[in-house]
Amino acid sequence: MEFLKDFWLFLKERKKFWLVPMILVLLLIGALLVFGGSSAVAPFIYTLF
Amino acid sequence: MKILGISAFYHDSAAAIIGNGEVIAAAQEERFTRKKHDPGFPANAIKYCLEEAGVTIDELDAVVFYDKPLLKFERLLETYYGFAPVGVSSFVTSIPTWIKEKMFLKKLIKDELKGVGEYDVKKLKLIFPEHHLSHAASAYYPSSFDDAAILTIDGVGEWATASICHGKGGKISVLKELQFPHSVGLLYSAFTYFLGFRVNSGEYKLMGLAPYGNADSEAVKSYVKKIKDVLIDLKEDGSVWLNQKYFTYATGLRMVPDQRWEKLFGFPRRQGEAALEQHHCDLGVAIQIVTEEIVIKMAQEAKRLTGSENLCMAGGVALNCVANGKIQNENIFKNYFIQPAAGDAGGALGCALAAYYIYFGEERKVDKNLLDSMKGSYLGPESSEREIELAIKKHKASYKKYDSFDELTEDVAGYLAEGNVIGWHQGRMEFGPRALGNRSIIGDARNSEMQKKLNLKIKYRESFRPFAPSVLASDCEEYFEHKGNSPYMLLVHPVKESRRIPYPAGYEKFGLKEKLYHNRSDIPSITHIDYSARIQTVHKETNERYWKLIQAFKEKTGYGLIVNTSFNVRGEPIVCTPEDSYKCLMRTEMDFLVVGNYVFNKKDQPAWKEGAEWKLEYVLD
Repeated sequence: MEFLKDFWLFLKERKKFWLVPMILVLLLIGALLVFGGSSAVAPFIYTLF
Repeated sequence: MKILGISAFYHDSAAAIIGNGEVIAAAQEERFTRKKHDPGFPANAIKYCLEEAGVTIDELDAVVFYDKPLLKFERLLETYYGFAPVGVSSFVTSIPTWIKEKMFLKKLIKDELKGVGEYDVKKLKLIFPEHHLSHAASAYYPSSFDDAAILTIDGVGEWATASICHGKGGKISVLKELQFPHSVGLLYSAFTYFLGFRVNSGEYKLMGLAPYGNADSEAVKSYVKKIKDVLIDLKEDGSVWLNQKYFTYATGLRMVPDQRWEKLFGFPRRQGEAALEQHHCDLGVAIQIVTEEIVIKMAQEAKRLTGSENLCMAGGVALNCVANGKIQNENIFKNYFIQPAAGDAGGALGCALAAYYIYFGEERKVDKNLLDSMKGSYLGPESSEREIELAIKKHKASYKKYDSFDELTEDVAGYLAEGNVIGWHQGRMEFGPRALGNRSIIGDARNSEMQKKLNLKIKYRESFRPFAPSVLASDCEEYFEHKGNSPYMLLVHPVKESRRIPYPAGYEKFGLKEKLYHNRSDIPSITHIDYSARIQTVHKETNERYWKLIQAFKEKTGYGLIVNTSFNVRGEPIVCTPEDSYKCLMRTEMDFLVVGNYVFNKKDQPAWKEGAEWKLEYVLD
């Protein structure tokens, strides 16, 4: 819940509501990918993300 | 007021703690876990910082993370959107990680802190300043300047890849930013990658390789032209536009499209550990020349915008000490301060300072008697006698304990003068990537065999890599064309002309090894191929023990400087404990180890049972 609140405040502050549909689609696809995923620090070759 | 700063989850995780604005402790996680550039949550570093400050998590006024994860996520999404449909492989790699953990960073930090110690989660105040503000704060607040231009340059934070800020009266205002995907740090990293070094760790190797290039040759001029005409568009204010046709880091898992670069520069990407040839060196010097031009323009713009006489710098590119020396030579500013932990580790300290002075609005007091308030960057753990005795017991080590430190320095200076290589482990460990005389391997700078011996028999690393001098601050001008201090080994300046041995005829046609083994001065092991040296001035006020040793060496030999390199082997983090140091002594061809008042002669130690398999412990950097 805290995350959703933070995210809403963030979108409001940055006025980036146009990101919402994209986020939903990405999260959906991303959620499917999670099944094959691993830990937060492991997979990056470069640390841009 | 006690504030804990954390940087983590990308590379070089670290923790730092401040008390009423004073830097109490700071350390990188890699030193404890023995995993170089460890990106994990810095539990060990935090534990150490809390112990050093004598507080529990509940007693902290705030815990500060060094960047804004949601803003970074915004950049990630907009980048995928902007480049779509390109970028699927990167998306598939990054999104699951974000969904699983990084989007919920607050929770992740709170959970991880539970592993450090019990605390009341409801009481915890978590703050997230921007990445480049953390860098800017790490440079400005520890400096002795009230008014300063602040230049931060790195790969990328959230959106910003470089910033110009103005620090005045304890406040920082952001004046200008360069944004992703246009980045000086990533440009340099792209060349690091193409020349066969590891991104995020091999950049300093590229910097060391560059002087082997023939800067005045037609080949280098042509590379510089190609970089400026095709790869980047450099503006007068130092901002750069990177032609994304030639870079793939925004959406791919590689820095550049190899074939396109091969076509542009006329040779394929060098594979790691493959032989270095002249064209590699020439391209190395070309990107170094361009980088210097960019950062000098940025510094000029910072001067124009702020009118200040002082410059503070941080961010990974501020570790390019050759460029730093060039900025200084331009006389754009009168005074300089470069954060010794300029990379992301320093963000841990910067974010804590930003919270104290900006978020909590505390007043800044500057002690004008100090060079800066970094305490020489000796902010890590100190080894107790008990720890030393435990290591001795464990390894049944043979040693000599000195009651008088002066006697010890007298003997050790003698060993140095005889050509021995010594592991020097004293006091509090350094914060940042450089060993500054508390976790250092040292030798005689006059010895022409020293560079070879240190690279090949002690550090097991590439032979071309240069070594830095530690020089008594008062003697610096005797050896180098540099007036002033360089306490953090972040400035490269030439060795004095009178000390140089001229290049022989046809030198530019020499191969890399021939150039390397040509004696260049009366202090050959610290004189790089282009007569430059990465200077560390040693100050009695910040490191009395190290200063005394060099002073003793001077009394014996007439030379107030020695070779100083980090106490580790290739791929290993710098040593932290006496146990790490003793292992390093026994695994390499080092001659002596000095820990506190204990001296270990390698010849007297019991046989080391471990074979060469220890080398597999460390991934080569």
